[in-house]
Amino acid sequence: MSEPKEPGTAAKPPAAPEPVPAWQAILRGLGPRGLGLKIGAPVLALLISLGITMILLRITGADPVSSVQSMIDYGTTENSIVDTVNRATRYYLSAVAVAIGFRMALFNIGVDGQYRLAAMLAAALGGALTLPAPFGQILTILAAMLIGGLWASIAGILKVTRGISEVISTIMLNAIATGLVAYLLNDKRLADVRPGSNNVATPKIPESGRVDPLNGFLASIGIDLPGRMYGLLPLAIVVGIVFYIVINFSRFGFDLKVSGLSPSAAQSSGISAPKMIVATMVLSGATAGLIGMPELLGESYEYSLNFPAGLGFTGITIALLGRNHPVGIALAALLFAFLDQTSDVLQEVDVPKEIVGVMQGVIVLTVVIVYELVRRWEIRLQQHTVAAELATGRDLAREESAS
Amino acid sequence: MPDQAPAVRLTSITKRFPGVVANSDVNLTIERGEVHALVGENGAGKSTLMKILYGMQRPDEGTIEIDGEQVSFKTPADAIERGIGMVHQHFKLADNLTVLENVILGAEPKKRGRIDFAAARTRIKEMSDAYGLHVDPDLLVEMLGVGDRQRVEILKVLYRGARVLILDEPTAVLVPHEVDELFGNLRDLRAEGLTVLFISHKLDEVLSVADAISVIRRGTTVATRLDPSEVTSRRLAELMVGSELPTPELHESTVTEDVQLDVGGLTVRSPEGRTIVDGVSLRIRRGEIVGLAGVEGNGQSELIETIMGIRQADAGTVVYGGDDITQWSTRRRREAGIAYIPEDRHRHGLILEGTIWENRVLGHQTQRPNVRGPWIDRRGARRDTTRIVQEYDVRTPGIEVLAASLSGGNQQKLIVGREMSGDPKLLIAAHPTRGIDVGAQAAIWDHLRQARANGLAVLLISADLEELIGMSDTLHVILRGRLVAEVDPRTVTPEELGSAMTGAGGTQ
Repeated sequence: MSEPKEPGTAAKPPAAPEPVPAWQAILRGLGPRGLGLKIGAPVLALLISLGITMILLRITGADPVSSVQSMIDYGTTENSIVDTVNRATRYYLSAVAVAIGFRMALFNIGVDGQYRLAAMLAAALGGALTLPAPFGQILTILAAMLIGGLWASIAGILKVTRGISEVISTIMLNAIATGLVAYLLNDKRLADVRPGSNNVATPKIPESGRVDPLNGFLASIGIDLPGRMYGLLPLAIVVGIVFYIVINFSRFGFDLKVSGLSPSAAQSSGISAPKMIVATMVLSGATAGLIGMPELLGESYEYSLNFPAGLGFTGITIALLGRNHPVGIALAALLFAFLDQTSDVLQEVDVPKEIVGVMQGVIVLTVVIVYELVRRWEIRLQQHTVAAELATGRDLAREESAS
Repeated sequence: MPDQAPAVRLTSITKRFPGVVANSDVNLTIERGEVHALVGENGAGKSTLMKILYGMQRPDEGTIEIDGEQVSFKTPADAIERGIGMVHQHFKLADNLTVLENVILGAEPKKRGRIDFAAARTRIKEMSDAYGLHVDPDLLVEMLGVGDRQRVEILKVLYRGARVLILDEPTAVLVPHEVDELFGNLRDLRAEGLTVLFISHKLDEVLSVADAISVIRRGTTVATRLDPSEVTSRRLAELMVGSELPTPELHESTVTEDVQLDVGGLTVRSPEGRTIVDGVSLRIRRGEIVGLAGVEGNGQSELIETIMGIRQADAGTVVYGGDDITQWSTRRRREAGIAYIPEDRHRHGLILEGTIWENRVLGHQTQRPNVRGPWIDRRGARRDTTRIVQEYDVRTPGIEVLAASLSGGNQQKLIVGREMSGDPKLLIAAHPTRGIDVGAQAAIWDHLRQARANGLAVLLISADLEELIGMSDTLHVILRGRLVAEVDPRTVTPEELGSAMTGAGGTQ
């Protein structure tokens, strides 16, 4: 229950107002502020969800311990690790794209359409050009960011000029993007039919436009892994670092945070909401444009019917789970990638692999609920602490002015 | 003294919150059929005490007796059952429901499994006639004014069978004539044998309506059951604060000839095309405080929002220090030296979930010492926050705590300190001292006077007429979006100003 805030509401400690409704706090990734709680809360939540999962497995008739054991055994093989990390790279970029919007309470549900359209057009561009080494790759990546940003900006502009909820418009833009990709991915237009199959794909990106896998580099520092580790994995890490720095240390990040926490206070402080909405959507879309790049430039070299789809929606879940924090998102992406990777092995112990979807749901729900409870508890605790410290004479106003 | 058992008797109530004693050894007796006023400063513990009586908090020590019988309330539902009802300062009504629906919400009379609206309507009619609370049960609450909403709240409580009504600062949101109506209602309730516990810090009102007055200071009752005919407001004030009250006043004039803000023919319309601000023209010179008196909702909020660039003007100009800023963005106006104390500090003035230093940056996020180029200068912002905390006496253990953990007065001091930073040339101050304690109020007045002496131009909006009269060099009255009168703050009385605000009185 939230009560309307009226002018001049005087907060009378320690009975505090509930400033942010729970659902908004959840989407914006608000959480506990103390470091101990930041780490403790998710660990607690994961333990709870592990318990629930065990019970679920038990109910489906499987032996929970051996099921989990076989998942871990399979998931820690070298092949699995490479696949898990590759998968997590895609999830990570997708979740960061979503998190940028979440930061200011903008729900970019359209990451899916943005990255598919961006990957498809960038693939067509990359396949049509042959440029010397770094330029082809850079051009493809920039094109993907540009297309993702432009596509997302439609939703931003509609929201600013016509007041259309970005949730609705991005969902609709997803459908349009699907249609557009289907239309363009045709042998009469941007794609060819692969001989011997009914797969259609854009022309292969030439050798000089590809990104080599990381395996060579890893081998040189003594880690030998089979398969192909995405060469653009470092790009995801850089995106995470840039995201962290911009959000926490830049004026733009401050404006973004304020806009998310209190649109009315943001407006009074001189932040232009229309500009922030469009800028955030564009940045979110540009990041979404990157999602397909590790796969396109490092593995498939073409956009075909087999290109990974649905990553935008996984990204929403992972951003929620990672609490919009770059490190949290990385851990969440790895966890989800691990679960997806190991879902097949469950069939060997007679557990339907779909149980993994249930596990993921349980994890997200538990984490979200535990975080929200801990957050509220912490705010209340702090209000008591402040009142207590003032009561015992610990007062910055007095203390330092006296000295 | 009536020889029956008192309606409410609180004995040795003590309530501790970690590290703080909110109430200690409170003793209070309220006789049946009286209007009993409980006065005290903000933060003195009035609200906690009422929450204890209403079952929202449980006392650590002490007993509550209702009609001579000792009770223990676990929830407000228990208190309601014993005939105690509370009208909160901030109304808890559903705007999109009718008065009738709001009143019966949660206590619907049922007839064969369906809500018996007819019975409810009859009962509400009876009650409103008996207690003189005239509200049409079929109107939507969103159509009602503040005074009517309050009557709906009172009806709601009575409908649930309350015999003891707690009214938490009921006059804070009312204008003078609504206050008179409310007091009429309270006398009717008393005549019907109900008991009213009236919480306030407005002493004149208390003296005019109460049968007995108790004073609470620092969590404890310092005087109980004073007779209003034998006590002066001065004496009450001294009991409340333990010292003498500050008064809002200006000494010598510091008004210069330079016009800092020149608003010409400003008109603002609502999205539906209704005119909210209607051709307002006013000038503020350097060193001048221009007061704007008006009943809330007469266009003053829209006027200041337009001056701040939060709203767009439909006609007219805003000239600031010689520049036409009508089309400027809010940020550009702020950078040019317009400071803004918004009327709703929680919604517009602060990010409650941000730290104190982050709130220092708010509104000044393009200015030193908060930023350096595109980056937030955390060290600079923190250092300057510490300065504000000290100069403006913001009571906080540190600058890393959340703004939500500060009390209302300290939040307001933080806002005032922030807005006074960076040498503003014009200050738009809406209700700068609303809801804060006397000490903080005096400090804010001091800061305003000092800034005025240094040439600051101020537009002051306040519901506190004494503040408005005492702190203004020039005083305008706004009614339905128009400036209808200019009064001389040196001669006008609050009563005259009040009637000018409602368009009733004869003004020049």
